[in-house]
Amino acid sequence: MTSKPSPDEILSSAATLRWEVGANLHDAVMEAIYTDASQIADRAVARSGQRPRFDLDRAIDRLVTSRWTGFPIMILMLTVVFWLTIAGANVPSGMIANLLVDTFHPALKGLAASVGMPWWLDGLLIDGMYLAMAWVMAVMLPPMAIFFPMFTLLEDFGYLPRVAFNLDKLFKKAGAHGKQALTMSMGYGCNAAGIVATRVIDSPRERLIAIITNNFAICNGRWPTQILIATIFIGALASPHLAGLVSAGAVVGVVLLGVILTFVVSWGLSHTLLRGEASAFSMELPPYRPPRILRTIYTSLIDRTLYVLWRAVVFAVPAGAVIWLVSNIHVGGVSLAEHTINWLNPFGLLLGLNGVILLAYIIAIPANEIVIPTVLMLTVLSARLAGIGAGAGVMFEFDSEAATAEVLKTGGWTLLTGINLMLFSLIHNPCSTTIYTIWKETLSVKWTTVASLLPLIMGFVACFLVAQVWRLIAGG
Amino acid sequence: MPTETAHVPCETCPAHHTANLIRLGVNMENWDYVVALAGNPNTGKSTVFNSLTGLRQHTGNWPGKTVTRAEGGFLYGGKRYKLVDLPGTYSLLSVSVDEEIARDFLLFGRPDVTVIVADATRLERNLNLVLQVLEITDRAVVCLNLMDEARRHQFIVDDRRLARDLGVPVAPTAARQGEGIPLLIQTISEVATGQVACKPRRIQSEPTALKRAIGQLAAKIEAAFPGLPNARWVALRLLEGDARMIEAVRTGELRDLSQGRPADQPIFTSEVAS
Repeated sequence: MTSKPSPDEILSSAATLRWEVGANLHDAVMEAIYTDASQIADRAVARSGQRPRFDLDRAIDRLVTSRWTGFPIMILMLTVVFWLTIAGANVPSGMIANLLVDTFHPALKGLAASVGMPWWLDGLLIDGMYLAMAWVMAVMLPPMAIFFPMFTLLEDFGYLPRVAFNLDKLFKKAGAHGKQALTMSMGYGCNAAGIVATRVIDSPRERLIAIITNNFAICNGRWPTQILIATIFIGALASPHLAGLVSAGAVVGVVLLGVILTFVVSWGLSHTLLRGEASAFSMELPPYRPPRILRTIYTSLIDRTLYVLWRAVVFAVPAGAVIWLVSNIHVGGVSLAEHTINWLNPFGLLLGLNGVILLAYIIAIPANEIVIPTVLMLTVLSARLAGIGAGAGVMFEFDSEAATAEVLKTGGWTLLTGINLMLFSLIHNPCSTTIYTIWKETLSVKWTTVASLLPLIMGFVACFLVAQVWRLIAGG
Repeated sequence: MPTETAHVPCETCPAHHTANLIRLGVNMENWDYVVALAGNPNTGKSTVFNSLTGLRQHTGNWPGKTVTRAEGGFLYGGKRYKLVDLPGTYSLLSVSVDEEIARDFLLFGRPDVTVIVADATRLERNLNLVLQVLEITDRAVVCLNLMDEARRHQFIVDDRRLARDLGVPVAPTAARQGEGIPLLIQTISEVATGQVACKPRRIQSEPTALKRAIGQLAAKIEAAFPGLPNARWVALRLLEGDARMIEAVRTGELRDLSQGRPADQPIFTSEVAS
């Protein structure tokens, strides 16, 4: 019996044989596989009858990926999805707010009073943490429960790859990967989800670009800010019967600005920090399949909606505590919140914003959805509006936009503040969940820092420029 | 556990590859068989996975959706099967991360059964991957999915002919409708328990020089690691200079694999060729 060949023997024999088979080994193997595959397939597959006269798939493809109709259809589809989300979420949002804030909150306060809970514990737990959670649920749950299933239906149907196909050329021009269109779309739901989705991009360079620019897709938490501020400050400019359309147009404008920024920043990164060629993008366009509606609604509710909501609640609860604390801890007779607002005010005004907004964005780092409640609460606090709100450090949201507008205008807000808040909401640092996700995906402090600070600096610059030009023109 | 009553010695227990699987991040508690799910992107792998496990992993109609490995399980005939959903790939021979994950799992995890999900409407291209997987593993089932779409496009796919040519069972399914899933489960269990023996087709159309080189090298590898089910494939990778494979030969990692499950293991003796 011959002795077993040692590993070294095998490896050296492999090295010798490698010379004999020549350099095109890989191609030879692939060719052999293809030949075998085609032989087997030929024997196993037959076609019956003639081809169906009308190929529906191809007809749809011609329409949705055409140079002329592709983009309008895409914008139309997304507008319909967003509009349904915005319009449909209002009523359930109000109902949840009604239940959690108007009914449960006083009940809890009553309960706390009856067991003799100290005021600070009651405030911290119920006015701070519970209310933060309640607002996040009311503001986030309905839009997500509408947006995610609709988006998933489009995905199930096979539309998303066509979007990627349409945007591919633009992304390639920007030096990025065509699949970034998919991850960007996911970002409109949640940036953290969009960043996880960048795993479909193989090249690390292009994946980083997709991660850094994902923030320019307005996430669920930012929609309410955009819509409310557009309604109050921009819709009000138009005559009443056009107000809805004009404010919707303003939001779409911000979305498009975000898309443009995505391309510009992608281009900038791929010509500076992340230099390189765009890799070829071959993705087959899958056949259209009738979406399974019930299954899709079920899975998107379980997988996405509840998952994202849970994460938001986890981050919002401590934020609620912080809001309550900074509003109720007094130093020299003035609350910490007011100290900070006064300190931030000069810088805020320089940017066409104000100290309240900046502090709200600091407190709302964990979750964008609490920006508006925080802004209102801090405005009331700093302007000392009598008879409005629910006490220091208690988050609330007004039932009518008119009341909100009243508070903001009393707090010194102008049209410029509104526009710049919309801009800043689009261009600022990602929320802490997203930052954490970026770190988990890149495992790099450097890129996490870039992804967090780059948009923040861009936001400051954009707001500053708008404010300067505005003041030059308006003379104010 | 019930396995004590069966006359199966410990070292031949199907969960014997525990160490390797744990290293690949698979939780191996309480499973009798490990089933891997491979296939081209967008052939409905995740849908098959969901139908088999009853889980609701997110599915989507675009290639490359499954970015992490999903795991689930099902119980059939009193045996517990662990199902591992691998990333969709077109091939196992290039360098992308997805392909590496799938390849490493098939090779070093040594699943008891590999289910290769193939798109019945694009059979030829899907067979490229099927043939590559069959080079690595000798226990496989081809799940011929999207049969409903094939019918819609008026394709007739002869699954028996295909099974004969490939040397492994073929189960036609339309997973979105749940069609053919019971048969698929039964086929998986037959292969896992050894009731059906596979004689996977190995690639035949290589140029003569290459065929000879693979033959020579495979013979040496088989002598060094008796019982290795994929000596030909290891030989091919060595000829290509695959660093991972060279390391596996050098460190003897390959030996662990070859000794793990001898071909004449008692549980697999009833070789009923169908």
